[in-house]
Amino acid sequence: MKKTGAQILCESLIREGVEVIFGILGGAVLPIYDTFPQYPQLRHILVRHEQGAAHAADGYARATGKAGVCIATSGPGAANLVTGIANAYMDSSPLIAITGQVARPFIGKDAFQEADITGITLPITKHNYLVTDAAELAKTVKEAFYIAQTGRPSPVLIDIPRDVQQEEAEFVYPDKVDLPGYKFISQGHPAQIRRAAKAINEASQPVIIAGRGIVISQAYDELKELVEKAQIPLVSTLLGIASFPGNHILNLGMLGMHGTAYANMAVQDADLVIAIGMRFDDRATANTKGFAPHARIIHIDIDPAEIDKNVPADIPIVGDVKTVLKALNQEIESRDHLDWLSQLEQWRYEHPLPDPELVSGERGDELLPQYVIRQIYEATQGDAIIVTGVGQNQMWAAQHFIYTKPNSFISAGGLGTMGFELPAAMGAKVGCPEEMVWCIAGDGGFQMTIQELGTIRQENTAVKIAIINNGYLGMVRQWQELFYGRRYVDTKLWNPDFVKIAEAYDIPGIRVKHREEVVPAVDKAMDYPGPFLLDFLVEPEENVFPMVPPGESLAKTLEVPKGLASLNG
Amino acid sequence: MNSNTKHTLVALVEDKPGVLNRVASLFRRRGFNIQSLAVGSSEQPGLSRMTIVVADDSTVVEQVRKQLDKLINVVKVSDITDEDTVARELALIKVKATASTRSEIIQIVDVFRANIVDVALDSLTVEVTGDEDKVESLIKLLRGFGIKEISRTGRIALTRGA
Ligand SMILES: Cc1ncc(C[n+]2csc(CCOP(=O)(O)OP(=O)(O)O)c2C)c(N)n1
Ligand SMILES: [Mg+2]
Repeated sequence: MKKTGAQILCESLIREGVEVIFGILGGAVLPIYDTFPQYPQLRHILVRHEQGAAHAADGYARATGKAGVCIATSGPGAANLVTGIANAYMDSSPLIAITGQVARPFIGKDAFQEADITGITLPITKHNYLVTDAAELAKTVKEAFYIAQTGRPSPVLIDIPRDVQQEEAEFVYPDKVDLPGYKFISQGHPAQIRRAAKAINEASQPVIIAGRGIVISQAYDELKELVEKAQIPLVSTLLGIASFPGNHILNLGMLGMHGTAYANMAVQDADLVIAIGMRFDDRATANTKGFAPHARIIHIDIDPAEIDKNVPADIPIVGDVKTVLKALNQEIESRDHLDWLSQLEQWRYEHPLPDPELVSGERGDELLPQYVIRQIYEATQGDAIIVTGVGQNQMWAAQHFIYTKPNSFISAGGLGTMGFELPAAMGAKVGCPEEMVWCIAGDGGFQMTIQELGTIRQENTAVKIAIINNGYLGMVRQWQELFYGRRYVDTKLWNPDFVKIAEAYDIPGIRVKHREEVVPAVDKAMDYPGPFLLDFLVEPEENVFPMVPPGESLAKTLEVPKGLASLNG
Repeated sequence: MNSNTKHTLVALVEDKPGVLNRVASLFRRRGFNIQSLAVGSSEQPGLSRMTIVVADDSTVVEQVRKQLDKLINVVKVSDITDEDTVARELALIKVKATASTRSEIIQIVDVFRANIVDVALDSLTVEVTGDEDKVESLIKLLRGFGIKEISRTGRIALTRGA
């Protein structure tokens, strides 16, 4: 039966199991929007800025594991998606971006609201399409979802000229894709797995670095089996945080620039690094020259191009993390690594993360951000999805919340996109309405996408927002303090009263200035059956420690200066 | 392989709009240095064969190969540097020629088994095919007469036999 391009698109999305689309309309997508009422199964959420649509779809994708879909009109609408697409690309999140394009006869003529969005997004998508024939649309959607969700997940963009949306074509949804140039390897090479097992069985100081690949592949059980059977301590990357229980005795926490001192020490002292579903990002490795100097490296990843890209691997295994770990676990022998583990315990004891309770106690009435994060943990007992902003708030959320639930941490890791927090939290909540979703926002980042409060209110999306309000672009201020002679050039923010802003959006909120108000405020937010905003006025010049200064290796991890307060003058 | 030798990559790519752009964009964005890139249709309908010459150390070239392989429109890519290959390049060289130098140029062209493909009052256009060394040597010899223009295709290559 013949259908219009717009109908074919909707039918195809439904075939792919899409339930929600985030977007904003405009001339070049009007034919698509005009068909939405024919397909009530597709819920469209009208955002306030296309960047919000992309982040929301990304947050949805990360929380559910399914592709998230966003849509924008041609030109400015499409261009506004770009930050969100780049962000999803860096963190391997399956995003489908649909853009309207000017009608075919106008392409290349600099027509009104024409932008070469396939050209613009070439380096930040796994693939993209300009559809020039309605008869190609169903096949294109099928391919796009397949490419976005298999292998290493990633964004795919589909650009559809307005007249293609109106053109009629026969609708047949293909049940297979034919992509001769697209392949990915799931099974690890048996010989490599055997070599890796041998290296693991022989190691005396092994350490696992767990990355987001474990979350994507849902290899939680397999990872746990490996850790426990061979008693291998584990550190994680920022995005690998919720791949392994945070309260497990063998979990040493995050490594890297703001990792725990003992995680970094473990990596520097290890004789074997087992890197799983991670890509040796510079924030995790610090200077690669001094990275894990005594270790052989096993690198497991589904993307062959990650092997030897940043850190050379002694034993590379290309494959799906879950499949590879299943096979690997068969060949691993039980070990106890008593000496190594007791060494690590000693380091953990000697070089602890600052305990937010103790820190607050020492520092009297000051409201410390670490304490706020810890109280949100206490209130939720880890049964929540935490979506963070970028900067200090992100690092404190990584360090002081204990992630006991798989995939409970969502953050803009690779691109470090301020403004991700609010729309991504909204997307996560839409995807997982049963979950408690907390948005940990920076006062700077929050104002980059603050307008999504409108969407949240319109949809009554019950996210709980905690602004870590330090009155600064805090992380940048920290760099100025430590590396630019304390010259705070343009990092101080004049902020509005965020509670009043929330009220203007008909969202209740509480401003919190004192320690003793934290717990009741968090409880109130959680009890409220809708979105709620907490504005925590925290100590303005608090710093994130430990810290590896830029350019140094993990061996140069700076710990908390004695009596935190002294550093802050 | 020692570092910074020339590597020849051969890629079979889908013959679709924008594919060359995808390849070029990848090289630019990852900071890979292409020495030459030649593309034309292959024996298979719908597929083109690209020959890409990259001068870099082996780890970088391996990274180039893997990144190319990730492009959806690239069906197959191999580094044939260490294989037994036939590699050729074609160059057109427009060289100044006067009544007195003309016959000398023609002699040199003959030695190189090259062809004169255009004759004008004050120039000759020479077509030469061969590996880069041969093309380079001819150009070097013709320099003395004054070269007006050069156009080179860059290397194309196939593995031998089979
Ligand atoms: C879109 C964007 N612009 C600029 C930066 C650079 N940057 C990194 S952290 C940071 C400060 C963030 O301030 P805020 O959101 O208040 O978080 P805080 O560090 O204070 O917790 C900035 C400006 C960025 N990461 N993203
Ligand atoms: Mg701030």
